[in-house]
Amino acid sequence: MNSRHTEIILPEGEIQKELKKKSRRGFLLGGLAAVGAFGAYKAVRLSSPDNDVPWPQRRVLEFNAKLAEGYLNDAHLTRTYSPSEIGYLKANGEYGLDEEDDDGNPPEWEGLQLETSSAPAVTLQLADIQSLPRHEMITKFCCIEGWSVVQKWTGVRFSDFTKKFLPAGASLTDYVYMATDGEDYFVGLDMKSAMHPQTILAWEQNDKPLTYEHGAPVRLVIPVKYGIKNIKRIGLIRYTNQRPNDYWYQRGYDWFAGL
Amino acid sequence: MAKLVLKHLLAIRWFHWVNFPILFLMIWSGLLIYWAFPVYHLGPIELFPQWLFALLGLKFHLADGMALHFVFMWIFIANGILYVSYTLVSGEWRYLVPTSFSAFRDAWLVVLHDLHLHKDLPAQEKYNAAQQIAYTGIIVMGFGSLVTGLAIYKPVQLTWLTTLLGGYEFARLIHFALTMGYIGFFVVHIGQVILAGWNNFRSMVIGYELVKDGERS
Repeated sequence: MNSRHTEIILPEGEIQKELKKKSRRGFLLGGLAAVGAFGAYKAVRLSSPDNDVPWPQRRVLEFNAKLAEGYLNDAHLTRTYSPSEIGYLKANGEYGLDEEDDDGNPPEWEGLQLETSSAPAVTLQLADIQSLPRHEMITKFCCIEGWSVVQKWTGVRFSDFTKKFLPAGASLTDYVYMATDGEDYFVGLDMKSAMHPQTILAWEQNDKPLTYEHGAPVRLVIPVKYGIKNIKRIGLIRYTNQRPNDYWYQRGYDWFAGL
Repeated sequence: MAKLVLKHLLAIRWFHWVNFPILFLMIWSGLLIYWAFPVYHLGPIELFPQWLFALLGLKFHLADGMALHFVFMWIFIANGILYVSYTLVSGEWRYLVPTSFSAFRDAWLVVLHDLHLHKDLPAQEKYNAAQQIAYTGIIVMGFGSLVTGLAIYKPVQLTWLTTLLGGYEFARLIHFALTMGYIGFFVVHIGQVILAGWNNFRSMVIGYELVKDGERS
């Protein structure tokens, strides 16, 4: 036996007394610790919410995001797949997509508005975007719900888009904000994730033009983020140094939502 | 003459009792996450079926589940690392880790004994072979939960890990299976604690066990 495994040898009457003393002390301390821990947990859970998450928990989520963002790297590429592994992607979430008319035609897309702090806003058409080098990739689309499916996407790298359309002389901002027309759905992105080589503005899915429900005419595909950040039918892109708001962030999800 | 013998060191007791509610919270928040996409079956039986969480009023708790899971994971990880380090430094691991293959045979005899199918218990030190395998196995499982958790938490940044663990879907399945393992461990553990009696349970709180004359300490 280890020397720390002390033994207390006493006469029968004494030993019962000693045992009672130790029990009283042990269970009292244990009980207090349990009550304290439960109280601390309740205090956290009842703290004022920061975007639908008790603020102490939100702080930890932001800390986690900082770690993840620090580790994020252009060299950390998501795995790519072969065409035979492409699966079926259900159209999950129609936030920001308006009703089609009686003939099934979607409302008209009014171009992509590009906003920076240094120049007046410009409106881009699909052809402007398509003038950039074409990029194809077969990657996994991961929904925050837990499912995932392999899809082929065709578009242009967002980094190429930024190089071309960010006004000359303007420095790269910390964040980018993207929204559907009317801003019913909107996402905020850190620039590192947005400029990742596998982040693309896509207009084709599995070699066919995007359907309306999947975000025609142009959507974001960003495999370093959960599906919620892969905004459909982009109507507005804004470069900003203030961390933009985000639809699901407001509803209790992590702002960063990185994979 | 009777004596009080220090059975569980203070640090070990703390690690144990910190782990208990945290693991519960990790399992609970894990279920809130799982229920956003509950796909696992055991043959024809749905595990944690949709109707169960509808009944509990827990639909659409994914965000809350994630906000709990990714906060309390830190305590779970820190407590696990501290526990393992402590058992290594203190030498306590010698009682906890099975050191020879005969442990498996001995463990089987312990199981038979507990089921009243075998009379004698094999010789043991502080823990019998079945306990050693269970207490070491649960640490290996904890490590498994950590790495499969990381693999599905950051499958792009840690692509190598996710690939090593059989891919995103497989790592998620293992992560889930390990959780079922904890529930199984818990059921057996509670059963054994009840059978072992108050003296044994009390020693997990106060550290000391009462040993009567002629009994093995």
